[in-house]
Parts: sequence; C-alpha cells; structure tokens
Amino acid sequence: MELSLTVNGKARTDDVEPRLLLVHYLRDVARLTGTNIGCDTSSCGACTVHMDGEAVKSCTVLAVQADGHEITTIEGLASDGTMHPMQEAFRQNHALQCGYCTPGMVMAATSFLKENPHPTEAEVREGLEGNLCRCTGYHNIVKAILAAAQS
Amino acid sequence: MTTTEAPPEERVFGQRLLRKEDPELLTGEARFVADVDVHGALYIALVRSTLAHARIVSIDVGPALEVPGVTAVFTGADLEQEWAGPLPCAWPVTEDMKAPTHLPLAVGKVCYTGDAVAVVVAESEYQARDGAEAVVVEYEPLPPVVDLGDAVSDRVVIHEDLGTNKSYTWELSPDAEAVDRAFAEATHRVHGHYIQQRLIPAAMEPRGVVVIPQPFGGEYTVISATQIPHILKVMLALTSGISETSIRVIAPAVGGGFGSKLDVYAEELLSLVLARRLKRPIRWIETRSEGTQATIQGRGQIQDIELAADADGRITAIRVKLLADMGAYLQLVTPGVPLLGAFLYAGVYDVPAYSFSCTSVFTNLTPTDAYRGAGRPEATYAIERAIDQLALEVGVDPAEIRRRNYIKPDQFPYNSVAGLVYDSGNYVGSLEKALDLSGYGELRKEQERRREQNDPVQLGIGLSTYMEMCGLAPSRVLASLRYVAGGWEAATVRLLPTGKVQVVTGTSPHGQGHETSWSQIAADRLGVSPDDVEVLHGDTAVSPYGLDSYGSRSLAVGGVAVAIATDRVIEKARQIAAHQLEAAEEDLEFTAGTFRVKGSPEKSMPLGAVAFEAFTAHNLPDGMEPNLEASSHFDPPNFTFPFGTHVCVVEIDTETGGVRLRGYTAVDDCGNQVNPLIVEGQVHGGVVQGVAQALFEEASYDSQGNLLTSTLVDYLVPAASEFPSLTTGTTVTPSPTNLLGVKGVGEAGTIGAAPAVINAVCDALSPYGIHDIDMPATPERVWTAIQEAAR
Amino acid sequence: MIPAKFDYARASSVEEAVRLLSSEEDSKALAGGHSLLPLMRLRIAAPTLLVDIGRIKGLSGVRDKGDAVGIGALTRHADVASDATVGREAPLLAKVASQIGDPQVRHRGTFGGSIAHGDPASDLPAACLALGASFVAVGPEGERVIPADDFFQGFLTTSLEANEVLTEILVPKAAGARWSFQKFNRRAQDWAIVGCAVVQNGLTRIGLVNMEAAPVRAKGAEEALADGASAGEAAGHASDGLEPPSDLNASSEFRRHLASVLVRRGLEEAGKS
Repeated sequence: MELSLTVNGKARTDDVEPRLLLVHYLRDVARLTGTNIGCDTSSCGACTVHMDGEAVKSCTVLAVQADGHEITTIEGLASDGTMHPMQEAFRQNHALQCGYCTPGMVMAATSFLKENPHPTEAEVREGLEGNLCRCTGYHNIVKAILAAAQS
Repeated sequence: MTTTEAPPEERVFGQRLLRKEDPELLTGEARFVADVDVHGALYIALVRSTLAHARIVSIDVGPALEVPGVTAVFTGADLEQEWAGPLPCAWPVTEDMKAPTHLPLAVGKVCYTGDAVAVVVAESEYQARDGAEAVVVEYEPLPPVVDLGDAVSDRVVIHEDLGTNKSYTWELSPDAEAVDRAFAEATHRVHGHYIQQRLIPAAMEPRGVVVIPQPFGGEYTVISATQIPHILKVMLALTSGISETSIRVIAPAVGGGFGSKLDVYAEELLSLVLARRLKRPIRWIETRSEGTQATIQGRGQIQDIELAADADGRITAIRVKLLADMGAYLQLVTPGVPLLGAFLYAGVYDVPAYSFSCTSVFTNLTPTDAYRGAGRPEATYAIERAIDQLALEVGVDPAEIRRRNYIKPDQFPYNSVAGLVYDSGNYVGSLEKALDLSGYGELRKEQERRREQNDPVQLGIGLSTYMEMCGLAPSRVLASLRYVAGGWEAATVRLLPTGKVQVVTGTSPHGQGHETSWSQIAADRLGVSPDDVEVLHGDTAVSPYGLDSYGSRSLAVGGVAVAIATDRVIEKARQIAAHQLEAAEEDLEFTAGTFRVKGSPEKSMPLGAVAFEAFTAHNLPDGMEPNLEASSHFDPPNFTFPFGTHVCVVEIDTETGGVRLRGYTAVDDCGNQVNPLIVEGQVHGGVVQGVAQALFEEASYDSQGNLLTSTLVDYLVPAASEFPSLTTGTTVTPSPTNLLGVKGVGEAGTIGAAPAVINAVCDALSPYGIHDIDMPATPERVWTAIQEAAR
Repeated sequence: MIPAKFDYARASSVEEAVRLLSSEEDSKALAGGHSLLPLMRLRIAAPTLLVDIGRIKGLSGVRDKGDAVGIGALTRHADVASDATVGREAPLLAKVASQIGDPQVRHRGTFGGSIAHGDPASDLPAACLALGASFVAVGPEGERVIPADDFFQGFLTTSLEANEVLTEILVPKAAGARWSFQKFNRRAQDWAIVGCAVVQNGLTRIGLVNMEAAPVRAKGAEEALADGASAGEAAGHASDGLEPPSDLNASSEFRRHLASVLVRRGLEEAGKS
C-alpha cells in the first residue's frame, strides 16, 4: 500500500506491505540504518525516533501508521555538519560505549528535554525508563542530559 | 608498593580525552553488521526446538517451501556432510573431559529449547521468518534435565554416547591435609551455599553475520558481530574445511559483547557453508527473543564454600566445591569458566590452606560460557559473602574482619596458596578510601537510628573487596590449564610518509574505546598528537595476528604490545636521526616528538621528518631497510591483579520486600590509567551489571526446560530509573609486570558489585536473623525471608 | 520478530470502522498499537484484518461534559497526563497516565486502546473502576454506554463486541475527591506487579491491578470500610474473594500481601489529600 511521509525533512512515497514495521521501513526502504533494533517487545528503546517531534519506538509502529507524519531519525539531528547539542553533550560526558543504544537514547533524550526543559536528576532517570543500555550504567547518560539541559 | 598519583596532566597518557569513536556512533554513521547491505543477499532464519529434550521424528519442510520468497530449507541431516568438524570447544580442561558432538543444526535429537533443527533461506528477512514459522517438526519428547542435582544423578543421560551427564571434575588442592588440619583446629567455621543463577548477557546489539562468497575470485568475507574475529577465522576454517587463506573475518562496529560474542556460533558456520553451497551472500540477524535462548548464558553454578578461622577471625583455610552447569553442549570456553574462578576463592586474603574442586554437568538448557567476569565474579561473590558470615560469627564489623585478613601492602609480590603471584596491591588502602567516600560511619549511625525506630524502611550497608586475575594470559599458564591457544597479543606501529601514525592491533573493541586509548599510548611515546594516530582493528586482512578482546586482557596485553612496538619504531627512528644529524645515537635525546643532540639543541629532527626520510630512503644508514614500522607479539609474563572496594547502600521496604539501591561507592585500582574517563565508564557499567545480577536478572526456566524470560519484558535488564548516580574513586597501584603499569578494568565493576549488594541486603535484614538470600533478591524473596524469620 | 501477514484498512469514521470490523471474523481495531503490535510481533496474536481507527476525527481529546469528563478513546496517555481538565476534575487519571509504560509508549498508546485490551496488568482499567467511569461503544446497533463494573470480563476479555468501537471514556467529575494511586513494580517501565487506585468521594472505591484475570475492585476492602473499618483493617480484606495470578514476579500469596500493603497505603495517602 502507498505510504507518503516526511523523513528528516524530505518527502517520500513508497509502496509497502501493511505489516512492515516503521523501523524496518526506515532501515531497509529509506536506507537510514542509524536507528537500531535491540528487542522485539518495545522494551529497549534502541529504535526510538521522533514522530511529529515526539519520541516513539519505531518497532511498535507500522510504517502505514506513519503515513502523513514527519519522522526524524538520528541522521536528521545534526545539521550543517554540526552535531546537535545533545549529541555533543553525550560525547563530552562519555555517555556511550558500544554506541548501539545511543541513537535511541539521544532521540529519547531530546524529546524528553522538549517536554521538560529543566529536569531534576530523578526526572531524567524516569524519563529514560524506556531505554536500556548495557555498557554505561546510565551514570554518564544522565550527566549528559543534565548538561544539555543547562546549555 | 605505594599508592601514587596519576601521571601528570601534560602527558597524553592519563588524560581524559574524549573518544575518537563517538562521532560516528552518535550520528548513526557507524556500521553494525545489520547495517551492512549486500546486493543479492539471501536471508536465513532458523527453526528452533520448542522442547528441551526430544528426538526429532520428522521435519516437514514442504509448507515452508511454498512460502513466497523461500528458496531453500535445510535440515541437520541435509547439511551433515558440510562439516569438517563440529562446533569447537577450545578448552578441554581435563584429559578425560567428556564433550558431546555439537553440530550447527541438530541431527537426531535436540538438547535444549532453541537448539536449531532447520534453516530457511529466502529472498527477504520477512519471508525467511514466515518460512521458519511454516516448517513442521514432529518430536518425541524425552524427559528434560533441568536441575543440576538431577543432572549429577544421571537419572536421564542427555548425550547417550557419553554415558553420563558429568563432563569433568577439576581439582586444585595443593595440600589437602593442611586444609583438613586447619578445619580441625579452627575456632570458627562458616559454610556458605550460594547459587549463581544463570544470566542472559543481553548485549544491546543482537548477534548477526553476513557472509559474502567469492569462491572463484577470492575469499569468503565473514562480517560478524563478534569479539573474536581472529579466533573465529581459525575456527571457521577448521569446521568448514575452507582454507584459512580463503576466509577473511571482519568485526564491524559491534554493539557490546560481555562474553556473549566470545564464541563460535552455529549461525556463523551455517552462513558460511550456505554461502559456499548456494553461491550467494547470506545474511542472518538475531532477534532478541531468539538470542535469549540461542546465545550463551552466563554463571550457572552452585557453590559451597567453607572458611576455617582462628579466634580472631583470621582465615586459616578455605575449601570450595562447585557444581557447574555447562548447559546442553560445550561452547568455545564453556568448561574453562569455573577454572578462571578457581584461583580466586581466597580473594584478597592471606590464606595459608586451600582446596577447590569443580564438577561440571550437562543439562537441557542453553549452553553457558564466559559472561562479564567469567568465573571471577562467582569466586568473589562466594568469598565476599562468606567473610561477612565470618564477621557475624566472630562478632566484628565487616570492615574489621577484612582488615584482619587482607594481604598487606608489603607482602607483594604475593605468592597465593592457589599458585598465583599477585603483582601488586593495597587492599586496606582501597577499603579505607571507600569507607571514607561513602560516609560509612554516618551510614552505620543512620542504620542504628532506623533499627531503634523500627522504621519500615531499613538501611543495609554492604562491602566487598575484590581482586581479579586479568590480562589473559601468559601462554605457558594457559598451556598448564589445557587451553588450546596462547594468550599473547600483537601490535604493529608504522609512521606514514606525512608523519601520521598507524597502529594495527589484534584486539577487537566493541565499546571499550581502544581507538582512543591505543592512540594515547602511541602518541604519548611518540610525542605526537593522538589525533594524528589512527588505530586499525577488527579485520583479519588488516591485522593478521591477534587474539581479540575478552577477559580484561586488551590493555594489559594488547595495549602493552602497542607500547613495545612504538618503542621499537622510536629506536629505528633514532638510528636514522643520528645518521642524518651526524651524531651518535647515545647523544640524541627524544622529547616532544623531536630528536635533539644533547648540548646542541639547534641540531634537531622532528619525528615527521625522520618518517619522511625513512619513506624516501634517500639517505638511510648503510644496510637499513626503508620505512618506520615495528611489531610486537607480547606474551605477558604474569596476569595482572586489579582490585578495589565497593560500598553499597540499600533501603529495604520491609512491608513489600522491595530493595532500592540508595547509593553506591566504588573505589577501583586498575594500576596506571590510560584514560580515566574510559576507566570510570567501565566501572559504572560493570557495577550496574553486577547490581543487575544481585537484584534483577535471572534466566528462569520451568521444570520442562522452557525459558520463561525469553524477552526483555520478562528478563529484567534494569534501566536508569532503577539506579542512583554512582560515586567512584580510584587508587593507583601500578603493575610491575608490564612497562605501562596497567592492569585492566573491563570486568572489575561487575566482580565487585554483586557481593556488595547482597551483603547490604543481608546487613539490612540481620536484625531479623536473616543472613543469606538468593540472587536476585526479588521483593518476594526478601518478603518471604522476613515472614519465615518471624515464624 | 515481525507480525504475520494481515490486511489493513483505514477507517475514516466510526461507522466505517464498525462496518470493516464486521466484515471479517479475525479483525482487530488498531489505534496506537501499543497493546496489539507487541503481541503480533511475537505471533501470539495474528488477526487477518487490522482496522486502523487512529485517524478517525473527533475521537481524540478531552471534553467537559458537565457532570462528567469525556475522554476520547484515541486520546494518548501523554495527553491525558498533561490535560488541564483531567488534572482538575480527575487528577487520579493524570497521575496514572503519567506512569504507564515509558514516555515513548505514552506518546503512542491510547486511553481507549488500553481499556479495550482489558489487560489486568494495565493501570487505567483499575483507575476507571475506582472512578466509576463508563465506556461509550458504537456497534452495528448504534451506541451504548457500558459501566466499568460491567466491562472487564476475564483475561484480555471485555464486554466489547468484536465489531464494536470504543469511542469515549466518561469519568464522573470528582474534583474534591480524595485519591491515591499505588504501583509496585521492579522496573519503572514494567507493568505493575500489583497496583491500586483509591477514590474516596463519600464512598470509597478501590480498583486493583493484576489481582485477578480481569481488572477488579477490592470489594472486600470497600465493604469493610463502609462498615467502619480502619484503613489497616480494611486493607486486610483487599484480596477477599480474588484469585491473583502467579508468575515470575510474584506468587498469588505475595500478591495478596502486596495488595493489602498498597491498599492500606493508598487509603492513608488518600486520607491526607
């Protein structure tokens, strides 16, 4: 079935199977492989992208549900060769190790700060409840988000 | 050995440099195996056993072949002739160890839920999965062996040809009589019985492999989410019969491993032989609910530890008996995992008599293998729990019992009763720093107040002082343990014509930041900017020699190899510079990347200029070969022994049994630190994984061997919301056994954390008379313990 | 994993959705998809037709309906949590919605979807039971209003017919009511092991999470309170007549205990509000 949407500011139209998950559409059809897949139960958040500016888990959205919507992936965050302040904050604070959860973490974090620009540490931790990381122990991720909120 | 300050800031070594790896990972540019798009690839999906133990009666592949896009389906019998050898186990720990034949696709019977029985090949991933759903397998169920005691009894023998479920018994008992005597004479004896539950490693990136065949024009390129491209290459050659010269293995960006990607897996072999057979690229990407069963699990041990102590609580002997769960088959290093712990049950304590014995058995469960720490967290847990029990028995504070038993700073190098030589340490220093940082005295007062007030929320404070054996490993020691490979690591350092530096390493990072740290090691010695150093790794065509990354070995072996190779490059450069400056080599000094003639500083030559001269070869000393390049194959003379003390503070809601981690202080000593930022990150992540074992995670099976925690909904990998910020501190006690003075830190946090947490939980509950609780300390377990204590 | 194949149809009106749902036996309505799609991915559910109701106009948002607050079935959890009318007239709901799943789930998951799914482990059904909410459903025969007490029938089973669409949740205004929501779990993102929603508005109503095959009220505790029992005494009756499930997170016995603790805490907190 026909699907028209905007991905990282560019309009696209594709013919897709109804069961195609948004994450597979982004990775396999739109060829944007920055969004990762870490589970099959909406638990890990690795696949987090923005749908109309809000974080969603793209493994739990059918591509056809995104028809007419605006999707932003990790590839759409940096602009003009400059990393987004959240990406920069992650780097400055060593908030990533293997980097597999990172695109989802960054997308979740930017959406979170939009809704809560001046969070406490506890609020940041609650705000990340849907994203799993196995490397960092979260300590530096939380620090990075608090730093991004400051700047 | 004294505690010293970290190297000064002006050196590149020791600086908190931001990681070179980050930009590509932060922007989505990095290529993980699932991101590798190969034109014309076929996708495979596996049909996996739904029973733990059964004979395969029939496999009907017909319905799958009718699924659109499915091009072929193979059963174990169809592929049996493809294998030159079974899936490898590289660690036959005893001469008479029993090892079942383990084929990538089961033939005849299945031995765990998840055991692969057929493979479906299709034009797309979705079609391959539809095909796998359509295969009909008829089984004749056999009684499953799930419980370790049941396995030992041989009531049901899983691998009939072996005649028993026991794989091996391994003993380390230097002086059994001394142990018996010490127990006979002891004033205090404590016995701990601990269960190391099975854990699912759950690296965030599932496994995956892509194989690109060029059978006529070249080689098989195997791109795999692996920690061990070099070992994998050898094993692929041995099991497929393809010449090692025709296999190239690439580890692309790899999303964490923790031991789970330190293995040779059925899917890697299947992808290779199917690429050979079908002459098309093959692609396989694991799903999470598949990986929880088909990727190795960690731990799986039942431990009995006994301590004998004198009237003051000084330990006079330790006796350990293990029962270890191998799972259904032996994977790459499955049998060796308990041995990695065997040497550490005396922990950081000065213990004169010791005996250890481990019996390992097969069960109808997913194979176990190395998981972060591999044997060492289990050992540390046992001794650190047991010494808390001894503190109770003797009636002293857990900190005090440790002080009485520590190996003293002046005893290093220390010959341990288990036969190791500990390189350096200052355990009491780490304890005092951790107590200080955590506010131990104040915490004890708060605990007292809450106890007096009968507060429904009780406070628990737990300590652990760990020591681990890492930097795996001196090859001769591995030989004595019957491991079939060595433990060296390789590095090549070369200067390019423009003066930039290329480091080639045999380590294979998957999150550890070797590109940054190895750059720092080389740049520090060469006097160049770390930005001018590139680090190549993870491709057997680029770094032909290597033994890969696991067991906190990369820095202490591979990083040291980089340093040695760098020094060799400098030595050659010195000869060229001396020649060009017309000075004697011994008259040159090399500082800040420039050779200078002593006493005539105007006569100098920067390294970049030397590199260019070496490249043009216009004016080299007679007989000298062009270019500046050197290699090292460093075989460490000893293990390294990092250590630390962790203090965990928990609050227990005694009404619900809920345990909340309130604070955590980790003081770690990994010797000299190349990059403290990365060290802290390793500690944070390690601690959280250790806490996860203590409070959250368990691979739970029902009595039929079905995995009940097959998704991340049921297997509780904790999130940020479950943790407070962590407090870290370090002491620096360099290792005298390598020229960098480094030790390794990848597993430290995990090793220290689980006992600290459970000691804290037991400490909180001790007024109830509760002194032990199984991991994970779930709310129900805690509540039940309180109820039973009240009865 | 990926879902099995299905047909997909997009409804532009409730009537069309009802017609589409009636057209095939194994049809399912799809709103945010956050209850259904996870089951389909593991192939626990495999409907042959998905009727996407997510774009039907007028089913989203909160309306002041005089003595009740009307919440459109497609209103997302995040919007319920932040809505001013809900915050004023039914603050319990805002609190409950703010703790469902995780932020990503709250951006997609809908109030109606959560109710129609009828999961005993979900928080909103318990809150609706405590608030005395009712649900507006439209089917081939037209519209009907189903009180929450009559709605949840068994495990993932509700009185909603397969070809009915839940359109609105009606929550009696209770601005002055005392309330509390207690949720006990091991990870914040998880479903509650046990939860309870307490509403005191003259009478006390208590909805329980995960204490039966279906969302239920703590009738034993409610009756004890009506008979003048203290919070602690009443809480002891929280699981009277119930058969809580046993699973990896808690045995049935432990759930009974947790329910008594959470109900007592809920009553105490409500008493202070």
